[in-house]
Amino acid sequence: MATQHSKSAARFMISPAVLLLLGWMLIPLSLTLYFSFLRYNLLMPGTEEWAGFLNYRFFLTDPAFFDAIWNTLLLVGGVLVITIVGGVLLALLLDQPFWGQGIVRILVIAPFFVMPTVSALVWKNMFMNPVNGLFAFLAKAVGLEPFDFLAHAPLSSIILIVAWGWLPFATLILLTALQSLDSEQLEAAEMDGASWLSRFFYIMLPHLSRAITVVILIQTIFLLSVFAEILVTTNGGPGTATTNLTFLVYAQSLLQFDVGAGSAGGVVAIILANIVAIFLMRMIGKNLDA
Amino acid sequence: MGRIILEQVTKSFGDVNVIPPLDLEIEDGEFVVFVGPSGCGKSTLLRLIAGLEDVSSGQISIDGRAATELPPAKRGLAMVFQSYALYPHMSVRKNISFPLKMAGLDQAEQNKRVEAAAKVLNLTDYLDRRPGQLSGGQRQRVAIGRAIVREPAAFLFDEPLSNLDAALRVNMRLEISELHNSLETTMIYVTHDQVEAMTMADKIVVLRAGHIEQVGTPLDLYRNPRNLFVAGFIGSPKMNFIEGAEAAKHNAATIGIRPEHLSISKSEGQWKGTVGVSEHLGSDTFLHVHAKDLTSEPITVRSDGEVDIHHGDTVFLSPQDDKIHRFDKEGLRIS
Repeated sequence: MATQHSKSAARFMISPAVLLLLGWMLIPLSLTLYFSFLRYNLLMPGTEEWAGFLNYRFFLTDPAFFDAIWNTLLLVGGVLVITIVGGVLLALLLDQPFWGQGIVRILVIAPFFVMPTVSALVWKNMFMNPVNGLFAFLAKAVGLEPFDFLAHAPLSSIILIVAWGWLPFATLILLTALQSLDSEQLEAAEMDGASWLSRFFYIMLPHLSRAITVVILIQTIFLLSVFAEILVTTNGGPGTATTNLTFLVYAQSLLQFDVGAGSAGGVVAIILANIVAIFLMRMIGKNLDA
Repeated sequence: MGRIILEQVTKSFGDVNVIPPLDLEIEDGEFVVFVGPSGCGKSTLLRLIAGLEDVSSGQISIDGRAATELPPAKRGLAMVFQSYALYPHMSVRKNISFPLKMAGLDQAEQNKRVEAAAKVLNLTDYLDRRPGQLSGGQRQRVAIGRAIVREPAAFLFDEPLSNLDAALRVNMRLEISELHNSLETTMIYVTHDQVEAMTMADKIVVLRAGHIEQVGTPLDLYRNPRNLFVAGFIGSPKMNFIEGAEAAKHNAATIGIRPEHLSISKSEGQWKGTVGVSEHLGSDTFLHVHAKDLTSEPITVRSDGEVDIHHGDTVFLSPQDDKIHRFDKEGLRIS
């Protein structure tokens, strides 16, 4: 049905969406690129001048930059591991028939609807606070010293908070994938003498691999830009212990008022994110083809 | 060895009693077909034997061993599922060797058995393909291959041919029958298709609503159906039933006559009727004759392929007297 006429009609009809998207992407992108080559400091307005690659040199040689990359990787990796392992286990649990299944399934998704700022504040003040927090209370109840999570294990704490928010997402996708598994396959494996663990590793996990790839892809996109949880809990600190790339760009442009270096950081982040995206798309392409 | 005995086996799902107390003996090496309309409990019965469902009460023994409490893997049975239930992410070789791997056999032994099974089933060229790249018949053979490598005491087939097209079904039917002849292992085969039952079985078990209506050889069921249900279920086209005055002449509440035991003539005969639809199959012609005085249902007659009778013709039917089946008010056979 792809006649010349219908093709041009199709192009005409999708053009508004394409133009809108292009405008939405290209204008900020070009502005960022432009700023990244300027000496642009908010404290000295009107003194912008061409700076060449100075901003990039400044950003890339900043010791905080390597910390930020490392923290970003740890954060993304940590959350992925927790959500996928936890998500698979929770999905297996929720797939069992039990009383109140419907309600529980709805409740499980709830954390996903809590805004990142809110959930981070709740975790910070109600759970992890060394004086008033629930964990401190429990520690004291069994006679232990309360642990100051955000001071002594700041990145792990943030990983925990973010993972808590994303766990329902992973659980839900993996649960639907698990439910689409043909029960006759499991029964066949049972007849073939496979124990529950063998059934899990040889039948269920391979079946879940596509869903897991999808979860990895979607979560990575969002986890590379985790920001609110850091801002309201640790502000990137102590030192640069919880500064990821996104937060570093923010700190550079709005805490140190250096928009030029911030923009350069932004461009670097875009390049890094694209490298990650290439790897992910390859992985997903391989997995979705089969 | 695969002698399977069911004693007083029942199964209920919640309040629904699917299998009322049921006794059945399956001899070693027999090809037994469970046949019945959908929802009659034949698949459930098979799953009870397989151990995929637990019996609500009663005993199952396999080879003289109590198997009621045994998990499926320990019963020494292999099952071929309706959807084949192949593992889509594994190659054919891995699919077939999976039960061997689970049993902990070494790689060399696994390969040997897989090659042997592949040879029997003409799958040698496909061993490295995935199930998704195979045709329906080939997938069916892989499923059978996965069953035979385990050298089970008995094979269980759950409507294995229902997903295949008609031509392939006939082929696979022959292949399974040949497999049974060469392996001489007990096979239990579930189907709703009475043609499959008639052509393959040593022994047919006709089920209705969980009850065993009759057990016997195919010809036994064909010649001496124990009641109306079996009479109507076995045989194709279906047996014609006539009630009322004509049946009373034979001292029965209902008489049954198979389409192939009626002769049709344009000039003379016992029963008069008008031809409705006629189905020409080439070798045979099935004529649906409306005989309003006898029964409201059209009477099916099987006749020659070349018969010159058309829609609207008035015809006369004559049953072969010794082939008339007589049933009483309860639907039981009067012999």
